Amino acid sequence: MTSRIGVVTFPGTLDDRDSLRAVRLAGAEPVSLWHRDKDLKQVDAVVLAGGFSYGDYLRAGAISRFSPVMETIIDQAKAGMPVLGICNGFQILTESHLLPGAMLQNNHLHFICREQKLRVETSETAWTADYSAGQEIRIPLKNMDGRYVADERTLDELEAEGRVAFRYLDFNPNGSLRDIAGISNAAGNVVGLMPHPEHAVEPLIGTGRTDGLGFFTSILKKLVSV
Amino acid sequence: MTLDTVKHATETPDVEQPWKELGLKEDEYTRIREILERRPTGAELAMYSVMWSEHCSYKSSKVHLKQFGEKIPENDAMLVGIGENAGVVDVGQGYAVTFKVESHNHPSYIEPYQGAATGVGGIVRDILAMGARPVAVVDPLRFGAADHPDTKRVLPGVVAGVGGYGNCLGLPNIGGEVVFDSCYQGNPLVNAGCIGVMKHEDIHLAQASGPGNKVILYGARTGGDGIGGVSVLASETFDSTGPAKRPAVQVGDPFQEKLLIECTLEIFKEKLVAGIQDLGGAGLSCATSELASAGSGGMRVELDTVPLRDASLSPEEILMSESQERMCAIVEPDKVERFMEICEKWDVIATVIGEVTEGERLEIFWHGEQIVDVPPRTVAHEGPVYERPYARPEWQDALQADDANKLPRPATSDELREQVLALVSSPNQASKSWITDQYDRFVQGNTVLAQPEDAGMVRIDEESNLGVAMATDGNGRYTKLDPYAGAQLALAEAYRNVAASGATPLAISDCLNFGSPEDPAVMWQFAEATRGLADGCFQLGTPVTGGNVSLYNQTGEVAIHPTPVVAVLGVIDDVNRRTPIAFKEEGQLLYLLGDTREEFGGSAWSQVIHDHLGGLPPAVDLDREKLLGDILISASRDGMIDAAHDLSDGGLIQSVVESCLRGGSGARLIVPDGLDAFTFLFSESAGRAVVAVPRSEELRFNDMCGARGLPVTRIGVVDGDEVEIQGEFSISLSELRTAHEETIPRLLL
Repeated sequence: MTSRIGVVTFPGTLDDRDSLRAVRLAGAEPVSLWHRDKDLKQVDAVVLAGGFSYGDYLRAGAISRFSPVMETIIDQAKAGMPVLGICNGFQILTESHLLPGAMLQNNHLHFICREQKLRVETSETAWTADYSAGQEIRIPLKNMDGRYVADERTLDELEAEGRVAFRYLDFNPNGSLRDIAGISNAAGNVVGLMPHPEHAVEPLIGTGRTDGLGFFTSILKKLVSV
Repeated sequence: MTLDTVKHATETPDVEQPWKELGLKEDEYTRIREILERRPTGAELAMYSVMWSEHCSYKSSKVHLKQFGEKIPENDAMLVGIGENAGVVDVGQGYAVTFKVESHNHPSYIEPYQGAATGVGGIVRDILAMGARPVAVVDPLRFGAADHPDTKRVLPGVVAGVGGYGNCLGLPNIGGEVVFDSCYQGNPLVNAGCIGVMKHEDIHLAQASGPGNKVILYGARTGGDGIGGVSVLASETFDSTGPAKRPAVQVGDPFQEKLLIECTLEIFKEKLVAGIQDLGGAGLSCATSELASAGSGGMRVELDTVPLRDASLSPEEILMSESQERMCAIVEPDKVERFMEICEKWDVIATVIGEVTEGERLEIFWHGEQIVDVPPRTVAHEGPVYERPYARPEWQDALQADDANKLPRPATSDELREQVLALVSSPNQASKSWITDQYDRFVQGNTVLAQPEDAGMVRIDEESNLGVAMATDGNGRYTKLDPYAGAQLALAEAYRNVAASGATPLAISDCLNFGSPEDPAVMWQFAEATRGLADGCFQLGTPVTGGNVSLYNQTGEVAIHPTPVVAVLGVIDDVNRRTPIAFKEEGQLLYLLGDTREEFGGSAWSQVIHDHLGGLPPAVDLDREKLLGDILISASRDGMIDAAHDLSDGGLIQSVVESCLRGGSGARLIVPDGLDAFTFLFSESAGRAVVAVPRSEELRFNDMCGARGLPVTRIGVVDGDEVEIQGEFSISLSELRTAHEETIPRLLL
């Protein structure tokens, strides 16, 4: 039996279908999850996809964090279930305090959409095992509120514990502190990042690169090996 | 004051009514009285005034637009034509595609962000109302001079609005244009296009049939926004305690629209609606009268059941409100419950506001009292039609005689080099990535090509790799010089762009942006442009499926350049065969397809170097365009070319620079025999493209062009890290990149 990976749809989620496709292309079974539903349908891992959940009119991710589905996800994540938050999903993870820090509006005050170069800083998380530490990848980035901030002590802690998972290379697109593009929790099962690996899984589509597929093959291998 | 009921109107025939303030002409008001055989109620007057406005009734343009239906080419693809929310074409494999371009020009000047945002919202609902899932948007934009201070106000607002709304809907923005010209200073053009995909059996139409069927209004609550003329009515005739001054520009909520999209698609999936219409211009007035007019029966609406954002709205205001993110569906009674369940799932408010009746009248009630009783066709489809006088302006001859071919040309290689740099760094020719990078082009995971490619392309079937492409083009300068040719050049360029991407052009939508129809010179431009477009579509075999006319685009007495924007939709069987513009592979051969003549009228060169507009635009040869298109499509299908870029404004050098920068490789070019370097680089002769051919395909490609009679000239090779014109000059890619990419941020930041 292959692994089941859930993708949550909140009202205003946009990249849920893309994430389901990425899960499928990696060889896992994609499962749609609904924000009002506490039931995770026995999935082995969860992806919180990008978008503007609830319109992001308050603060990105601030309302989603209180949805019924998140109650279960927060509990399960603390118990070790792998969770990947992409863009708005990353924002929801920080709002849920599954990951430290917060996201502010891009320092240039514009939405930005571009192909972004990243360095994968660690292969020690559930979602990056198929990369090697230091590997450079290029995947799409698109956001309005992507500036990662945290206090100095938290940042030092993240660095010391090897929890800065991805760093922007060549160009910091939003003013994130220490060029941080994504981080993980201490256990490595919860990972959040602003760029979009689910948009880089087919050679013809988007930027024409498949650098993002590794996120989904990483988790699949991990789940199969458990 | 008392409610102006039908009964009250019958009893008080002599009440003065503010028809003039609402924009009606005296004879139009008289006609309304004749139709109703009494004076209209305030609510009726409001409905007629908005539905008979230029924007809704096309009263000045109708007589010219009918050519699009008369000169219709033989084309099996057309499934739904002009008159519905959007046209629909068959793209094969059971799929149908609906697409349309609309304008939101005037609101965007007043309030750039909301004007542009709701422009996107409106076109997306049109596409949704046909039964389709929206899959991509495009945005052709025109602004005043790039260095004018007001452009700094308008452009960032419009761009943020297009992005803010479209990005939040999850629709990839795959194309469009940004053009600067001082003629648009007080009147920017904000056009928005959308493509939607469905299966043939899912096509929905805007009609209300079946007596007893329920009329359901769903989506956002109705507020006081977007009420233009009606505030006149509300303040002059009715309760003066009501909210008097209203914002004329609507305010968008893309989150609500995203819910509306998903909710509506789920409703379609379960086949719960008999007819559907979005609420855009003229709001409920338009939706109820059009649905009733197109259906078989009448309609009765209880207006006081409409959910409101502002409880103080008068019935007239509710009828006219252009609050966004609303749809109106006709639902059989036994399907209402399920309809409501789906709306509840998506947190969308839905209300039964009336039903389809046996009669032939549209009747609207307010707390039990009748305030509207009209034949719906007279509101929606039988508005006034004007044969506006038109005349070729007397300045046209002088304009055409002011020949751009006689302008001083660069005398030395150094001067030629300087002019190349001036061209590629000029606002119109410079990279627009600062703008397009504010739009999400990746969402939905089906984007194959997006700006700055010749056409945007999305995959619509993951198994078969079926895809559709779209390009929008329009050149106001050409059209000013010769409206007939200018409209055909817009069509030809969009057609060429789609073919260059590897897709087969299928059908078009147009957005016709012109000045005041009351000016005979403008009306002549309009008449000539529509005639040119209709003739061109007939010749190319691409029918007009629908579109939009925007008139009164002018500041004072000065009209904008006539600007017909044409969107061509194409289909490609396998998106793996798409052709990008990038020159990547060193050693590949560059070929110029088509004939290059000394044609500089309306050219980018004449604008950038001489600030000149005069002469004649490039000659149009649509048979040649078709041949060129066929060659580009065949070459793509058979793998003979790795890159193709159409030649248009800026000429060959502009296209070569763009392709080189896109691919990161340089090019060495040789001026062909019989041409001088200047004409080779800057001429804007139509019907041309540049292609990169792998050496292994050289023979086959040449043979194909030779056999089909398309002139083909080898002009160089992909090589190095500079663009070199042999014997003339060279410019490094890094210098070109700086020149090309720094202009727009420098002007706008």
